Amino acid sequence: MKKYILNRIIWLFFTVIVTAFMIFTILYFIPGDPAAAILGANASPAEVERMRSIMGLDKSYLTQLWEFLSGIFHLQFGNSWVYADTPVISIIAERLPRTLIIGCCAMVINIIVGVSLGVIAGTHEAKWQDSLAMTIAMLFISAPDFWVALILIVIFAKNLGWLPAAGIQDGVKSYILPVITSSLGGVANNSRQTRSSILEVYREDYITTARSKGLPERKVIAKHMLPNALMPIITVVGTGFGRITAGSPVIESVFGVPGIGLYMLNAMNQRDYPAVRGCVLFLAVWTAVVMLIVDLLYGMVDPRVKVRYGGGKR
Amino acid sequence: MEAERGRNMKKRNKKQDQYENSSLLRETLTRMVKSPTSKVACAALCVIVICCVAAPLLTPYKPTDMDVTHMFSGPSAAHPLGTDSYGRDMLSRLLYGGRYSIALGLAAAVFGSVFGIIFGCIAGYFGGKVETVIMRLCDVWTSLPAMLLCILISAALGPGFFNTILALAIGFMPIGTRMIRGQILSERSKEYLEAAESINCSTLSIMFRHLLPNVISPIIVATTMGVGLQITMAASLSFIGLGVQPPAPEWGAMLAAGRQHMLTYPYMIIFPGLFIACTVLSVNLLGDGLRDALDPKLRS
Repeated sequence: MKKYILNRIIWLFFTVIVTAFMIFTILYFIPGDPAAAILGANASPAEVERMRSIMGLDKSYLTQLWEFLSGIFHLQFGNSWVYADTPVISIIAERLPRTLIIGCCAMVINIIVGVSLGVIAGTHEAKWQDSLAMTIAMLFISAPDFWVALILIVIFAKNLGWLPAAGIQDGVKSYILPVITSSLGGVANNSRQTRSSILEVYREDYITTARSKGLPERKVIAKHMLPNALMPIITVVGTGFGRITAGSPVIESVFGVPGIGLYMLNAMNQRDYPAVRGCVLFLAVWTAVVMLIVDLLYGMVDPRVKVRYGGGKR
Repeated sequence: MEAERGRNMKKRNKKQDQYENSSLLRETLTRMVKSPTSKVACAALCVIVICCVAAPLLTPYKPTDMDVTHMFSGPSAAHPLGTDSYGRDMLSRLLYGGRYSIALGLAAAVFGSVFGIIFGCIAGYFGGKVETVIMRLCDVWTSLPAMLLCILISAALGPGFFNTILALAIGFMPIGTRMIRGQILSERSKEYLEAAESINCSTLSIMFRHLLPNVISPIIVATTMGVGLQITMAASLSFIGLGVQPPAPEWGAMLAAGRQHMLTYPYMIIFPGLFIACTVLSVNLLGDGLRDALDPKLRS
């Protein structure tokens, strides 16, 4: 098991470096001069040249790449180009918790609601509970989350006046709508996956055995069905988290939540590339860490992984 | 004599091929027709596509016709879905916009799948180092969540219709690659491949004539579902200002425009979203139906 964990952590390390390389390269080759864009149309060529040297743009691609990559390990992404003298990392540190709160709460809802819906649907195959749960899941998958967000704002902020429409001034209340909209897609995917996993194990012999022992249905589901159906569910939960993180720019811009996603979008419009690099890298690393946790869970749940890496009983 | 026999043989083979192909297709179609959900989804999708293609016949207004005397007029007989902030007819904008949205989703999913299939076939068939390189690249590619990658790429390429397709297709590619390669792994040791190799078929022919038809079903389903996903993603990109740009009436861009007035004129966001949701819903239901029809084992 140690070998497995070590393996995954080395892979995470490698992923971070390659992702950083990708982010840097994509942004480096965006046409147009960021220095000229930031200074505006009236800047003289000499001013642009001076700005370029301040921003470090006069150095070669490899030098810039090396500076960026070596900076990552000291958690330094340089200063913001637009808000001079403000380190990107301090802006990220201020905004990260908001993105994480939304992501984690949405993930918890995904797991609880998604898995319960899936279990209900799977154990009532072809009955009304099944159809209802799967219809809800299908609707959640199909409706674009940012549209649902807009509709919820109109209903709950404008018509009912219960929740704020944008911003985070109202504390917990202002996070309710962003969390709900972020979790919709995940709830749907989780419930669909849980249902089909449950159906796969539903008619297995050991389930019949468990029932014939006289176990109540609730225990059969919790102790015999779910553990065996768990593997694909864990995968979907993990990838769902990636989707929530990647969707954060859109959701945060709809609700005006000053998190990393919104900051990234604004920085992109202002061509503040150090900020964009920092934000994308943070979101990617965060996703990779969650995937690592998922992989480790896999190792714990699936005895085959344990055996392969020589940790478990053979 | 020999030549004639050869020709006859070829003819017969061709006939057999055709028969077999049509029978798989026919079988799939028959199964799909049996499912009422697939039928409804298919019909709904056809209606939406036909309406978008035949938009000039259905509405008297052009999507860019402005009418300053009728700004923000709610749904009425003249404008069934109302008008926007420039007095443009929402229904005609939505119908013309559907061309962009549906074309974006379809093109992105198909291009992504085709490239995914090519790389997946190469990885799966050759194995060894080639496979390791391609699959590791896929892992790295997917380490950046798809939406983030699309945002980055479309920022790099600049906004626009074709750049959006490219950005979305690049994000979709690794999914196809993984899927095809996984399928091929289970086929690699089968006898028909050995047979094809022993009669000296070329590598290309083995990969695409013998192997691909046996592993294509899941990717057809994934592509169909992908169309729905890509329509949503394209709309999200346009919504945050990176995809198709106004005044092009793409659905996401219309939502972005309607958002500024949504508290006073909610119909401006309700209808574009409904169009996206209905299209994606029918595509997804069709995908579900197709999956059940192509592989009855998967039917739950």
